[in-house]
Amino acid sequence: MIELVQVEKRFAGQVVVHPLSLTIKEGEFLTLLGPSGCGKTTILRMIAGFEQPTDGKILLDGTDLTDLPPNRRDLNLVFQHYALFPHMTVEDNIAFGLKMKKMPVKEQQERIQEAVTMTQLNSLTKRYPHQLSGGQQQRVAIARAIANKPKVLLLDEPLGALDLQLRKNLQSELKQLQRSLGITFVYVTHDQEEAMMLSDRIVIMNSGQVEQIGTPRQIYANPTTLFSATFVGENNIFSRDGKMFAIRPEKLRALRDVEGAKRTGEVLDVHYLGSVHKLVVQLDNEPMTVSILFDFNDNRPWEVGERVGVDWKSEDEVIIGS
Amino acid sequence: MKSKNHPLLGIHSLIMMVFIYVPIAFIIAYSFNSSRLAADWSGFTFDWYISLFGNRHVMEALSNSLIIAVVSTLVSTVLGTISALAIRKLGKKMKVGFGGLLYLPIIIPDIIMGLSLLVLFNQFQMPLGKITIIIAHITFSMSYVHVVITTRLIGMGNQLEEAASDLGAGAWQTFRYVTLPQIFPGIIAGALIAFTLSLDDFMVSFFVSGPSSTTLPIYIYGQVKRGISPEINALCTILILVSVTLIFLAQFMLNRGKGQKKQSVLPF
Repeated sequence: MIELVQVEKRFAGQVVVHPLSLTIKEGEFLTLLGPSGCGKTTILRMIAGFEQPTDGKILLDGTDLTDLPPNRRDLNLVFQHYALFPHMTVEDNIAFGLKMKKMPVKEQQERIQEAVTMTQLNSLTKRYPHQLSGGQQQRVAIARAIANKPKVLLLDEPLGALDLQLRKNLQSELKQLQRSLGITFVYVTHDQEEAMMLSDRIVIMNSGQVEQIGTPRQIYANPTTLFSATFVGENNIFSRDGKMFAIRPEKLRALRDVEGAKRTGEVLDVHYLGSVHKLVVQLDNEPMTVSILFDFNDNRPWEVGERVGVDWKSEDEVIIGS
Repeated sequence: MKSKNHPLLGIHSLIMMVFIYVPIAFIIAYSFNSSRLAADWSGFTFDWYISLFGNRHVMEALSNSLIIAVVSTLVSTVLGTISALAIRKLGKKMKVGFGGLLYLPIIIPDIIMGLSLLVLFNQFQMPLGKITIIIAHITFSMSYVHVVITTRLIGMGNQLEEAASDLGAGAWQTFRYVTLPQIFPGIIAGALIAFTLSLDDFMVSFFVSGPSSTTLPIYIYGQVKRGISPEINALCTILILVSVTLIFLAQFMLNRGKGQKKQSVLPF
């Protein structure tokens, strides 16, 4: 569907995106995940046409897009701050792309109706953007994009400006929308939980470089680099014979019997997180703390300062490169 | 909770207001005084306003002022808008450089603006008249228009235009359907400011005006040398009223664009 071939971006000699090749499949929900400044938005903007790659090619359905301006690319972008036209009603905002394509009015009406229904904006079509809440504005931004029936929808942290509860609701709406539309979504976020929940595949990025590409399951269970091991979910990194391995907190066991445990330490803190408890342990021989998550069915709670044995099964060790 | 100000601050503000507005209040009050002498108040009258409109010299000066204001406003608004749009596309260094140069006429003392233009017109042997005043007014009005519209453009950002382009609009369509409607209140505000500046300008006009191009401020100056008549008070009152109305209108236009951040270039 979309193919990036050795795409590279430099700003004033500084490499922002290292040469990157990536194939995005039809109907896929692909997320570019990474901390701010990692180059994920630049990649999205190169696909949309707002930035020109310094080197490499971008193909959509086999046709080279690299030199086409944004208005001649068959894909649409949902902006982080929505970028709704303030002087137009919701309806006119949605119609904008269709008018630019000189679509017959009757067809325009059908498309608008369809987009409005999908995004549950039926009662708001005559309003102006400033009369809408953040969540509603976000819906209009999506409706405006999908009314064009693009081959690919690009989304630049579309939920970043919303509060947590609303974000959670819209996440599941987005996922449903993507399923029913069946179009390819390329999604940019720095929120690893959001990425895990929505994506078919995640591209983890760090300082302009791809760290790992994989399904949420692969990335959680088998991180290949230190960065992806620690960026997605909590992790404990140990080393043995100069090699690093990671063990998720829920795979660690806390033992009252210090003898025979793989590591020993002292309880630094006990967090009650509702469904689970988290134990923060200061290890004896290494200057690090580990987190242990467990269901609290033990008959006696852990105390701060208590001696603790940290143990795990060898098969839960995930060797990470470099 | 409302914080309490020091009582002296209130008194200070009051004195400030008196200081600024008493002279203006006097002019307005005496424009309604039926006595010819400024010294005593002998009753309310509209006579001076009526005789003003019967005065051939005043009407000629008014017509000169209006012609100059309209033409210089149109030209400076178009030029200022174009320069604001153009400068946005420049690189950072060029932007600062050119932006600074366009801002300069606002800071340069009027007397220097006037004198330098006079020297220039002499150099090219241009006869002084309405044309030279119009050119002079464009040079400083353009800067104000440029600043007002630049502020508006910065407030707008790039995203709306990117969105338009993403939705299939070409460069002209983006300008016509997105950029122009967004900056339109700024254009009107800039034009109103340019009009007011032109109407009120004395210093620059004084240097570059000719015998047949007396504007209202120059006429007033000429009359005052022979003593302040109530007609002049009436004329000044009208000028104050027109200027204040236009500036308020300009500010109203700048605050339009509902729901957006209030972007004021004027302190009210």
